[in-house]
Amino acid sequence: MMLGKTAGGLFWMFRYIERAENTARLLEAGWRIALTRGDRESNEWQSVINTAGVGAAYSEKFETYEAAPVINFLLRDRDNPSSVLNSIEAARSNARLVRTALSPEVWEAVNECWMAVKPALSRPVSERSLHDLLATVRYRTSVVRGALHGTMLRNDIFAFSRLGTFLERADNTARILDVKYYVLLPSASFVGSRIDNVQWEVILRSVSAERSYRWLNGGEATPLGIAEFLILDRRMPRSLAFCFSKIGENLNWLANDYGTRHDSHALSDRICAHLNNATVQSVFEDGLHEFLSGSISDTTQLASLIQTDFRFYQ
Amino acid sequence: MADTRPTFDEMLAQSDQPRSPYGAYYNWFAEEDLKDLRRKSTEAEAFFRRIGITFNVYGQQDADERLIPFDIVPRIISAREWATLERGIEQRVRAINAFLHDIYHRQEILRAGRIPKEIISKNSALLPEMIGVNPPGGVYTHIVGTDLVRTGENEFFVLEDNARTPSGVSYMLENRETMLQMFPELFSQLKVRPVSAYPQLLRRSLADCAPEGLTDRPSVAVLTPGIHNSAYFEHAFLADQMGVELVESHDLAVENGRVVMRTTQGYHPIDVLYRRVDDDYLDPLTFNPDSLLGVPGIMDVYRAGNITIANAPGTGIADDKALYSYMPDIVEFYTGERAILQNVPTWRCSEEDSLNYVLDHLPELVVKEVHGSGGYGMLVGPAASKKELAAFEKKLRARPSNYIAQPTLALSTVPILTRAGLAPRHVDLRPFVLVSPNRIEITPGGLTRVALKKGSLVVNSSQGGGTKDTWVLGD
Repeated sequence: MMLGKTAGGLFWMFRYIERAENTARLLEAGWRIALTRGDRESNEWQSVINTAGVGAAYSEKFETYEAAPVINFLLRDRDNPSSVLNSIEAARSNARLVRTALSPEVWEAVNECWMAVKPALSRPVSERSLHDLLATVRYRTSVVRGALHGTMLRNDIFAFSRLGTFLERADNTARILDVKYYVLLPSASFVGSRIDNVQWEVILRSVSAERSYRWLNGGEATPLGIAEFLILDRRMPRSLAFCFSKIGENLNWLANDYGTRHDSHALSDRICAHLNNATVQSVFEDGLHEFLSGSISDTTQLASLIQTDFRFYQ
Repeated sequence: MADTRPTFDEMLAQSDQPRSPYGAYYNWFAEEDLKDLRRKSTEAEAFFRRIGITFNVYGQQDADERLIPFDIVPRIISAREWATLERGIEQRVRAINAFLHDIYHRQEILRAGRIPKEIISKNSALLPEMIGVNPPGGVYTHIVGTDLVRTGENEFFVLEDNARTPSGVSYMLENRETMLQMFPELFSQLKVRPVSAYPQLLRRSLADCAPEGLTDRPSVAVLTPGIHNSAYFEHAFLADQMGVELVESHDLAVENGRVVMRTTQGYHPIDVLYRRVDDDYLDPLTFNPDSLLGVPGIMDVYRAGNITIANAPGTGIADDKALYSYMPDIVEFYTGERAILQNVPTWRCSEEDSLNYVLDHLPELVVKEVHGSGGYGMLVGPAASKKELAAFEKKLRARPSNYIAQPTLALSTVPILTRAGLAPRHVDLRPFVLVSPNRIEITPGGLTRVALKKGSLVVNSSQGGGTKDTWVLGD
């Protein structure tokens, strides 16, 4: 038996951990582009802000997109609800709320993550310290995940934690692609055309997949190849197909354990079937942007159904 | 200090030789390197932070969670001393439960004239809603934290009975865990009685108090005001250690005459609620209507006998400071025995003679508000300035019945570790008592609070106090 509040707390704790990690990765990719790109006109920072889904909050405070404000906004701005600092604090606060559901190792990993990140983000972050800081965030969040895998029972506590992780991740991957979809679109030269090196690099780096993509594709970066990798490739732990298969697995586990199927199960089944039947060609034919925005709204709806079906709040 | 009596030091008394309970520790300490011990001290703090044994301070919104300072020198109690304390506490707790039953039923003690009627009838700690109610198992105070102080070899006094929702037991448990990690060799040398069974005993004790006629294992939950409460860590810790749910107001509802909690699979009834929410906030339909911390309708379920609330509502009448001075009479009335543990002599300012005495001797006395707690609203005469004394005198004259006064006790000291080595500091002791229909259990040990400031007598954590591990030695 588990309190609805506890299920909600676990779900959000792991969403926020995943979010902090994704933001760090996105920032790292953006930063690298900014450093290696010759032309100074680039508005890569703007696309980083948009990918993080905080465009509105950012433009309320700043008019231009430059390294320092973007870095600090994404890392530590209190007005950015998804900043790394706010995410880690929200994760810890949820962990406190559900402390009775966590193994001591998981609790300590989250608490130590917060203890390490909070002071590091108490002052503006300079470009020089950015690398270490992002490494700390990635390392500390991995310890939380490792503790979850190594010490927690595989029960509903685990299922809700994983649901939070994969919903956040699916949302993140879909948004990265959606912000960049124009570089993947069939232009004058379609299949097999090489695309702007920098652009595909930023996409792959944002999901830590630059290396694995090269291994699998011999360095050949085509719009179809990248889209297929991030949407349909089940070997890739951040692809939509992978994330939704995990979401389906965990929801099915709950259905078996609780003996009840809900609306969230039906929607998850539909999303998985849709991904199973899709080919990269069909995705492009039906419209990449339409596909991705459909996926983002599916994710939002699924999260809201899970919240109702398992009585997080009422 | 107005009091010129020598302070009793529990390690050294007045000699160069340690008192016997401290013998082995004293020898061990003599061989240790001070710098190493200081380092251990710092390690302990890091340990507490990582585990998150912190408390929030009221009224300091943005303040970080604070640690209660922990001192690594244990407070040691011999088997013989403990045996006396145990008997005394048990007697007192038994009497308190009998008193509460009586006060909410026939009030024999008032009929017998042992306590003045008006001290009960005019007391806001008396809950009229509890009159005639029978708590499941007949237990009122499931958990008690009796505050004891010591002034000499055989002189122990009960300072407060804490029959509402005593806190601090998580520190008793975590302090011991910390000491076990830091000084395993001491535990293999000395026979220190373990405290770690407390959460299991608490769970059993609560389950034993469940309403009658249950077919399943009783479902127990801990009710917390939420993560912003100063004792949230303790609430989560106890729920976790007992393996029961930690619930807040918005997890609960009343359905078909039962208190139920919202789970991922619908509502599930609760049989025993260990609530860490004050009476006043427990049920907005019965008590404070603005409360968001309680469960609307829980008192109806309670009166129908369908849930156990621990501690029962209305136990505050037993640890009310206006009643404190009658405790020896209360013990005698219900147990037929003389009280084993002494009360601190107390002047009731509601009585004219006492008030005059108190006003004449204000600089020597400790004056407390009848309903205060946590060391707030209290005057420590010897430590107060002329201005503070004058201000307090005004308050006292305005509402004498709101105050009691006690002599400034020369609280015993136990050394703490300072930069310069051991240095004596004043301490008190709060052992934790569990009451069920079949037994009263006192965990050997408790929470030793220590005033870290030299000469200070205020041990409250909200005012600069720290804690120590408390060792009760086996035979």
